[in-house]
Amino acid sequence: MNPSQTAIALWTLVHKEIKRFTRIWPQTLLPPSITMTMYFIIFGNLIGSRIGEMDGFSYMDFIVPGLIMMAVITNSYSNVASSFFSNKFQRSIEEMMVSPMPNWVILAGFVFGGMARGLGVGLIVTIVSLFFTRISVAHPILTVGVVVLTAALFSIGGFINALLGKKFDDISIVPTFILTPLTYLGGVFYSISLLPTFWQGVSMLNPILYMVNVFRYGFLGVSDIPVGWALAAIVTFIVVLFGIALWMLESGKGIRS
Amino acid sequence: MAEPALSIRGLTKVYGNGFHALKGIDLDVEQGDFFAMLGPNGAGKSTTLGIVCSLVQKSAGKVSVFGIDIDRDFAKAKYHMGVVPQEFNFNQFEQVTDIVLAQAGYFGMSRREALPRAERLLRDLGLWDKRNGNARMLSGGMKRRLMIARALMHRPKLLILDEPTAGVDIELRRSMWEYLRRINREEGTTIILTTHYLEEAESLCRNVAIINHGEIIRNTSVRGLLAELDTETFLLDLAHPVDEAPDIDGFEVRQVDAAQLAVAVHRGQRLNDIFTALSERGIQVVSMRNRANRLEEMFVTMVEQGNEEKAEAERVGARS
Repeated sequence: MNPSQTAIALWTLVHKEIKRFTRIWPQTLLPPSITMTMYFIIFGNLIGSRIGEMDGFSYMDFIVPGLIMMAVITNSYSNVASSFFSNKFQRSIEEMMVSPMPNWVILAGFVFGGMARGLGVGLIVTIVSLFFTRISVAHPILTVGVVVLTAALFSIGGFINALLGKKFDDISIVPTFILTPLTYLGGVFYSISLLPTFWQGVSMLNPILYMVNVFRYGFLGVSDIPVGWALAAIVTFIVVLFGIALWMLESGKGIRS
Repeated sequence: MAEPALSIRGLTKVYGNGFHALKGIDLDVEQGDFFAMLGPNGAGKSTTLGIVCSLVQKSAGKVSVFGIDIDRDFAKAKYHMGVVPQEFNFNQFEQVTDIVLAQAGYFGMSRREALPRAERLLRDLGLWDKRNGNARMLSGGMKRRLMIARALMHRPKLLILDEPTAGVDIELRRSMWEYLRRINREEGTTIILTTHYLEEAESLCRNVAIINHGEIIRNTSVRGLLAELDTETFLLDLAHPVDEAPDIDGFEVRQVDAAQLAVAVHRGQRLNDIFTALSERGIQVVSMRNRANRLEEMFVTMVEQGNEEKAEAERVGARS
């Protein structure tokens, strides 16, 4: 394919993915907005007022970046996992396999689709948060950069999950038993400085902690961990997982007999 | 001489469970041909076509499409192919137009180019009225036609159809045949199809490969294959019922029912003789037709022979 044809193919897939999740917005965009509103009301307003400050900020201000990031992570991941698996299940993935579209375009198309939903929901949650607090962004470029990278990373993760999945249960196991616990333990609701030293060390093994903290640093200007290291870790994860996903596609794992 | 539309050499497929689906088949399909692949279920037809269009990974062998080796430049080869699989493989929740336009996009066609093409194909295939409907609302025959429209969006020179008329009613099947004949004749599209309807192969195709147990047991022209038939059976509808089949020298005559006879006519025998003999016995024939499908008789014979040979080989193998 020449560059122009490649661009058309990529846009076709991205457009199709965006159309898919916007068509079913009551399943994809509405639920996270309601859930996050509940978090803001219960944790931010009701409980947060009793907690007081966290790292020098009101509890509401502290959890807003974490909750936005949580929404981005879960929606990026689940969008690609469910969409690609549905394509496998309905065999409509064959439409792409018989086309001359390079595998990296297929991967990128789904990842961009996942990012679009993750960032879209992130934006909705951000708007909802404005009803509860005034948001100030200390480092706008870093904030946008890290949320985009995180959406990309978890979209790739969802893609690998869908490639490996053989039944619908397989694509709900990772979000339920791995992603959600790691997100909750990734400093969304607390600063790891509150933890004993040992558990601070354990928390440092959680990749989501780095994303939440860099994102929070972008908003508030404070972080539990070095920002440079965190960014390097996210980029490394993206490169490695993209490579793995592409290799799996090239070798036909999960899609070719 | 022009490169074959499809050239296969030593194609082998062993699935993960050890099943040898293809045992080194060779096959050439010339440009402009209308080619049938026949074989019982599990013979290897779909595996062969699946490898050609990249849905199945081959274990060994070479495949070229219009001279392009798929191991060297599969993307380029794919531009020349349109694929209509056996199972519905589109997103049932998408609109008809979106499905065909997306396929064009995957082939790098701009929307400006794809829109008129989609309109023409959907009109030709009787789907224009359904263009804004959900694909799941279409009937089975319409879904098959949708897959044909989708496969033709990028103007492929080779159209591969895996049992395109399975489950389609007779009227619709005939209209699909007519459409396929037209694109083969007028646009020069090479067509390869697998089918269980041998009437379909006999009616549409010029050349045929019969595949069984992962091996091609015959690869010849349909006309040549039919010429090999030693016997044809004709059904004669009688003006008046008869009590029993008449005994006519040199002919095998069987009574189908009171007003119908089946006559086996061997090569070299003349139909005139049978009519004369029946007239002499006061039996009047009002109409006549071939029994079932001629190719079917030959196909069944070949497959049965193949199965017997395989069983014998397995017996010998078990003994040694």
